[in-house]
Amino acid sequence: MAGSNPNAKPMDLTLKVWRQKDRNSAGQMVTYPVKGISPDMSFLEMMDVLNEDLLRKGEDPIAFDHDCREGICGMCSLYINGRPHGPERGTTTCQLHMRHFKDGDTITIEPWRAAAFPVHKDLVVDRSAFDRIQQAGGYVSVNTGGVPDANAIPIPKSIADKAFDAATCIGCGACVAACKNASAMLFVSAKVSQLAMLPQGQTERKTRVENMVAQMDIEGFGSCTNTGACAAECPVGISLENIDMLRREFIYAKATSESL
Amino acid sequence: MNWFTKTFSSTVGRKIVMAVTGLFLCSFLVVHLIGNLQLFRNDGGEAFNLYSDFMAHNGVIRFMEIILVLGFVFHIYDALVLTRLNKAARPIGYVNSHPEENSSWSSRNMGLLGTVILVFLIIHLWNFFVPARFEANGGLERVMIEDVEYHNLYSAVVLAFQNPIYVAIYVISMIALAYHLIHGFQSAFQTLGLDHKKYTPFIQKFGVAFSILVCLGFAIIPLYFFFLV
Repeated sequence: MAGSNPNAKPMDLTLKVWRQKDRNSAGQMVTYPVKGISPDMSFLEMMDVLNEDLLRKGEDPIAFDHDCREGICGMCSLYINGRPHGPERGTTTCQLHMRHFKDGDTITIEPWRAAAFPVHKDLVVDRSAFDRIQQAGGYVSVNTGGVPDANAIPIPKSIADKAFDAATCIGCGACVAACKNASAMLFVSAKVSQLAMLPQGQTERKTRVENMVAQMDIEGFGSCTNTGACAAECPVGISLENIDMLRREFIYAKATSESL
Repeated sequence: MNWFTKTFSSTVGRKIVMAVTGLFLCSFLVVHLIGNLQLFRNDGGEAFNLYSDFMAHNGVIRFMEIILVLGFVFHIYDALVLTRLNKAARPIGYVNSHPEENSSWSSRNMGLLGTVILVFLIIHLWNFFVPARFEANGGLERVMIEDVEYHNLYSAVVLAFQNPIYVAIYVISMIALAYHLIHGFQSAFQTLGLDHKKYTPFIQKFGVAFSILVCLGFAIIPLYFFFLV
């Protein structure tokens, strides 16, 4: 494991950051030099250093999303050097460390780009489209009662594992940011397949996929053309298999559901 | 909207139409290529002319021709609708983007490749189909085979492929088609939800082999007539 290295040389970097006053303003890339960045800092800590510097100068700090900084909440975003969450695979921006960059590097930082994710300010985008898709069907509404005894509901381990893998989606939106069509299929499919695989999700199995796909289209996400960019950039490794499962669920629901 | 139009106007539904028509068009390529192999029989085009006469007059083939046109129409129409939608889904692009790190070039350029194929298709129909079927664009010469008069499509093929520009257009278009199919073939199965560890690795390998072999088969024809006949 790479621990703290007292000999690590501080880095000087040039950042090119998207600045945008608010939703209705036009934005632009602005260049900022940052000095003395420790390779042990996370990317967001590096942004904190820049913001403190901006505050000292009386300038407006750069707005960016973050919360847990442990890679589990899905709040951080940032399109770093042309990749969502930066160049490392399976990593959220908060878990991306500056040791992956070199002294003298120029780093571009942009917000997620999608019509369905309008920019609030600077690097902060409005991801409430994901919430509305979830509200359209990403839940189990039958009363499941108290906590059942372990193994009282028979679920094969292979299915439980797959459902859990799908459930690890943190809803960060990197899939949308990576996709050339700004498609939300990886996110929606993770939510659909997670519940479709489990017995608790059967009651709403057909309406769920129909309503979530309909909401996805209403929000203005693009269509999936199977480029695989989403899964390649997903920080938690959601698999493309989920998208194929969504298609099976969609076809099955459309062929057999009660809704005309 | 009823459930049917709702299904096939959703982004997932439109892709299902793309996949089904795409695989159908792949089956057409196989039939077309097998027919073309008659060109290589060293008989002055007799077998090829008889074959093309059969294709022009057989009732089943004529019916399938209508289905084929519909296949192209739906494939192209949904491609246009989806492309417009996909462009609208990202009105402001990135200043710095490296999609080559996460996806293949052909998977990101299906529209461009498809457009090259469409332009080729128009040239190709103008070269051979229009003269043969409609007697337009100069029509075709006649040839006698066992005292019966046939269209000499073979001589039109030989003539067209003496032209280096046509040969270049045909070969380049087949390269575009190969890249279109390398992504499209396996993508179609994914779009239909046909994904399983039992057969997906086979579909992916078969798709690449299919794309290369079929397009190579087509591309050899203009090269053969240009250099060897």
